[in-house]
Amino acid sequence: MKPAAFDYEAPETVEEAVALLGAHGDRAKVLAGGQSLVPLMNMRLARPEVVVDINRIRSLDYLTADAGVLAFGALCRQRAAERSAAVARLCPLLGDALALVGHAQIRNRGTVVGSLAHADPAAELCAVLAALGGTVTAVGPGGARSIPAEDLFVSYLTTSLDPRELVTEARFPALPRGAGWAWKEISRRHGDFALAGVGVVLAVRGGTVAHARIALIGVGPTAVRASRAERSLVGAAPSDGLWEDAADAVRSEVEPDADIHASAEYRRHVAGVLTRRALVEAATRARDAA
Amino acid sequence: MRAPREIALRINGASYVGRAEPRKTLADFIREDCGLTGTHLGCEHGVCGACTILMNGDAVRSCLMFAVQAEGAELMTVEGLADGDRLHPIQQAFWEHHALQCGFCTPGFLMTTLEFLRDTPRPTDREIREGLSGNLCRCTGYQNIVRAVAAAADALASTPHGAVRPAPPDAAADPAAAGTGRPARKRRAGASQSRVRRKARRRGG
Repeated sequence: MKPAAFDYEAPETVEEAVALLGAHGDRAKVLAGGQSLVPLMNMRLARPEVVVDINRIRSLDYLTADAGVLAFGALCRQRAAERSAAVARLCPLLGDALALVGHAQIRNRGTVVGSLAHADPAAELCAVLAALGGTVTAVGPGGARSIPAEDLFVSYLTTSLDPRELVTEARFPALPRGAGWAWKEISRRHGDFALAGVGVVLAVRGGTVAHARIALIGVGPTAVRASRAERSLVGAAPSDGLWEDAADAVRSEVEPDADIHASAEYRRHVAGVLTRRALVEAATRARDAA
Repeated sequence: MRAPREIALRINGASYVGRAEPRKTLADFIREDCGLTGTHLGCEHGVCGACTILMNGDAVRSCLMFAVQAEGAELMTVEGLADGDRLHPIQQAFWEHHALQCGFCTPGFLMTTLEFLRDTPRPTDREIREGLSGNLCRCTGYQNIVRAVAAAADALASTPHGAVRPAPPDAAADPAAAGTGRPARKRRAGASQSRVRRKARRRGG
């Protein structure tokens, strides 16, 4: 349980970090919170030749709320985000999900951006980014680019990032005014990876659903949006039957895998149950804006 | 830069300087190079919580950090809890409520509880269980640990100095006193380096 030897670099600016990543490419790994990378290294499932530790880049330690968007620098710890008044006010879905990311000791080190870049299909933050239509900013040798959530997550622990790129920022849009939200997940213990989980955003105007976002974790190779279920909601009047139909739509569009923790059938079933519960809760929270 | 590098940090108010390869975890550095073996290693991949320490006031898993990352940091380990022979109120509560049997996980529970009660001084039972969920105990069944943490919260509420007791003044304030640990540290650091060299030869051969 000891990591293989590696070259250690601790740049103090984004430019230095990007230069190092540009020079070493896929032989290097970025170390931020390290709560996913270091276990993999300790078990030697990951053996990077170079570790680029970005923890000394102070300019990346920020959380700002501007024009309805929460921006998290790559060193913003999950714990800081969880405790942020701006997150609670503008994006309570993210706040609720953050409280379920690992344990407090993990969140003290783990970063918001690191969780997204790691792209675990059971990671809450990936689903929240997908549900809200957020983006990440990646800086590489060719400059900076913005990557929407739907283009970021490719497969298990795989993103569309170039190994020479550093994600410097994640941007989560605020919930629409008056929208309700809910995060629901099932795990064996508090803080364990969820067997399945769902985030929901729901806005109601004039007695019908005006806006619906549903994103799930643990039921496929990436965090997934349930577009069919979302479409079934918009324009319809809230009712128990509507939530049940949306839950059925979710069950029909997810493709979970089985593992030692749960069968595919169980995950599919639970994804629907959680979706229904989340929709009921989000609808209760949503204020009819019309 | 995989060669050993110098690492200077403070633990429980005392200064430590050692040398370690970048791949050495902070937990191993604390135990092997600083000689503070109260921090225990269970799983070494961030699941069991036995290696929990405070770094700059935050509870962290010391097996999930490299020692080089803690350069300049202020750490607190389980050795920093008691005031001489007088147990910290959290330790006293664990003692009184039989919250440990073999004791292997206890340092991690104590350090987790220290941060938890600092941030949540009047916890509910549910908050206690959630706050401790990142620490595994295979002996107690947790009931007595939860009781101990609740009792510690009560004890700390009536203790004027709060949860975090300052480090022993001799080690904290007096640089000369801090220096007394240095020969041992240097010796240990040297031994650790030679072990590292042996490993490197094995890998090469």
